[in-house]
Amino acid sequence: MNLNMNSVESLVAQIQGLSSSGDDIAHLHILLKQSEELLQSESTRLAVVLAELDPSKHSLGYLYILEACTAAPISKEQANEVILSIARFINECAAEQIRLAPDKFISVCKRFKDQVILFEAPMRGVAPLLTAVRKLKTTSEQLTALHPDFLLLCLLAKCYKTGLCILEDDIYEVDQPRDFFLYCYYGGMICIGQKRFRKALELLHNVVTAPMSTINAIAVEAYKKYILVSLIHLGQFSTSFPKYTSSAAQRNLKNFSQPYIDLANCYGNGKISELEAYVQANRENFEIDNNLGLVKQVVSSIYKRNIQRLTQTYLTLSLQDIANTVQLNSPKEAEMHVLQMIQDGEIYATINQRMEWLDS
Amino acid sequence: MEGEDEASAQMIDEIYANGGDSSQRHRPIINGEQLDIEAYAALYSGRTKIARLLFIANRCGVVSMELEALRMAYDEVKKGENTLLFRDVVPKINGRLGSNYGPDSAWTEAVDRRAEQRKEKLESELNAYRTNLIKESIRMGYNDFGDFYYAHGALGDAFKNYVRTRDYCTTSKHIIHMCLHAILVSIEMGQFTHVSSYVGKAEQNPDALDAITVAKLRAAAGLALLEAKKYKQAARKNKVIDNINFRNFLELVPEVRELINDFYSSHYASCLDYLGNLKANLLLDIHLHDHVEMLYDDIRHKALIQYTHPFVSVDLGMMANAFKTSVSGLEKELEALITDNQIQARIDSHNKILYARHADQRNATFQRVLQTGSEFDRDVRAMLLRANLLKHDYVLKSARKH
Repeated sequence: MNLNMNSVESLVAQIQGLSSSGDDIAHLHILLKQSEELLQSESTRLAVVLAELDPSKHSLGYLYILEACTAAPISKEQANEVILSIARFINECAAEQIRLAPDKFISVCKRFKDQVILFEAPMRGVAPLLTAVRKLKTTSEQLTALHPDFLLLCLLAKCYKTGLCILEDDIYEVDQPRDFFLYCYYGGMICIGQKRFRKALELLHNVVTAPMSTINAIAVEAYKKYILVSLIHLGQFSTSFPKYTSSAAQRNLKNFSQPYIDLANCYGNGKISELEAYVQANRENFEIDNNLGLVKQVVSSIYKRNIQRLTQTYLTLSLQDIANTVQLNSPKEAEMHVLQMIQDGEIYATINQRMEWLDS
Repeated sequence: MEGEDEASAQMIDEIYANGGDSSQRHRPIINGEQLDIEAYAALYSGRTKIARLLFIANRCGVVSMELEALRMAYDEVKKGENTLLFRDVVPKINGRLGSNYGPDSAWTEAVDRRAEQRKEKLESELNAYRTNLIKESIRMGYNDFGDFYYAHGALGDAFKNYVRTRDYCTTSKHIIHMCLHAILVSIEMGQFTHVSSYVGKAEQNPDALDAITVAKLRAAAGLALLEAKKYKQAARKNKVIDNINFRNFLELVPEVRELINDFYSSHYASCLDYLGNLKANLLLDIHLHDHVEMLYDDIRHKALIQYTHPFVSVDLGMMANAFKTSVSGLEKELEALITDNQIQARIDSHNKILYARHADQRNATFQRVLQTGSEFDRDVRAMLLRANLLKHDYVLKSARKH
């Protein structure tokens, strides 16, 4: 018992002594690896020891001890404190030290994410995880295991703008394929939230066409959203896959997303009443998938698309005729739609109030 | 060999009656009055006559005309030996033409018995030929079999036998003979892919073909293309046959001549009138009926496009007049054409004027270049990413690891 106590004490002393030069830290890393078992058995009493270390100077040692002492289940009462201490560590730690033990760092950060979600305060996790991602990655092309967690917190906290800054980097190096799938899927959702549909399509497309040997749920959900977004953004959807798509995806994706394929076919006919009837009839399907909001955007986009097509065809057209062709109830409603579209810069036109026609 | 030629000439006539009669068929049709069935049927002979009559009976919807057609079909069937077709015709009449036109079981049995005997005879003959291994005789034997089945309405068997003669063909004439037979039967069966493939085979023949055969082959090919809805090519093929005699043919069919003249001299209203008159009868044509609506739409669209082509702006009122339609109807048609990108113009719905659109080529090109550039950029990035994923063999782990 005494010996153990001494070991932890001596380990702390080693950490304090060996955290300055690169050679020392490499030596310390070996020592820490050897004493992992010791740390595990002593995990309950380690919280006190942490106070003796400086996270910015003794980052590597701090990380090992922090990892060991958060391994045990954390009670509700402790949660707040744990969140605070991990957030402080993430902010202060030295990047070059924690990169020596990325696994430890990732597991600490993942626990942090779990706690934040349990605590129902995802907003508190956004900034620390962004820092963590930036400290962990060695190049901007690298996808770390923390990327998807960070994006998930952004989604939960509705901080879409913060999420975008990570998505702007092009990713080429991937550690885990699952991280890649989740990163693109969450990223796609964040872009949808910001109405950056082009980027969203690109990310979702990456998921759908990524190499895979068996179909997975992430790809299926991504494909559903891909269909909806391409209807909203491009006004059309082609059911054929690019030829580099994995055969597993080509075989199975359509079967899992039949209501969405039908929706796209319905959209292609350009008949608003049919589309609305279809959405009404399949409302439950879309609701279960949490896609009803997007589906509603699809429906409203068909009005826009039809009005846009009219401006290609007509120089002037009365609002009544617009209302008739686009199947709106009244000229007034048509005017509202047109006005909105002119404001958004989606069509170039003027409305002549006195005669009630449209000049485009 | 003389008998040969005769047979092939006769058969050519048969094909002619079946298929490529692009202008003759219009002769009895005068200004869209009720089709004179007798005159119409007189133009055809053999199976095709019966088939056309039955088709008219099915389609026309007028009881008196239907019965007239059925009566003639019944008479025609009785002249031949085709009991299959006979059994088809009788229930359609359903006793409506009196006792003379009932199911004549004595006749059918007699014919069937005769047919059975003839078949046995042909079989034994063929077997004898085959043991002797005389190519020409075997070919004749299969040919006879084909004729026999054809006469009795077993088209599938007839086709098989005709095609079998192929292995025993010694001269190019024989091959043509075989091809024509196969084409004839395929047309009857409605197997138009066979038609085009045998036309191709016949046309590959090294020896020069005589003019009539060429015309028949072209006609058959035209028909096949028509079925495949490739109107443009079909029209071209038909043009080639008609080339020399085109004018003469047209004289026989004043409506069609007028129609074409009107089309080219831009009298669209009268052109469309003529078309409207012809429509009822064309719908009764065995080969054209499926395509009439589509062809009519195409002709009308073509006329609309031609009308707008030379103008910078067109008054819709005048245009509607020229096409004998209302302004709003015309607007809808034009809208569809503009949406399809067939007319480059925009409609001023308030002043009812159509303005030709002058696309800004320069701007459009720049836009396209920029778009292509960004698409290329995106595709390359996605490709690099996929390549990296594959390189590190992340494929297999993807679904199983977690």
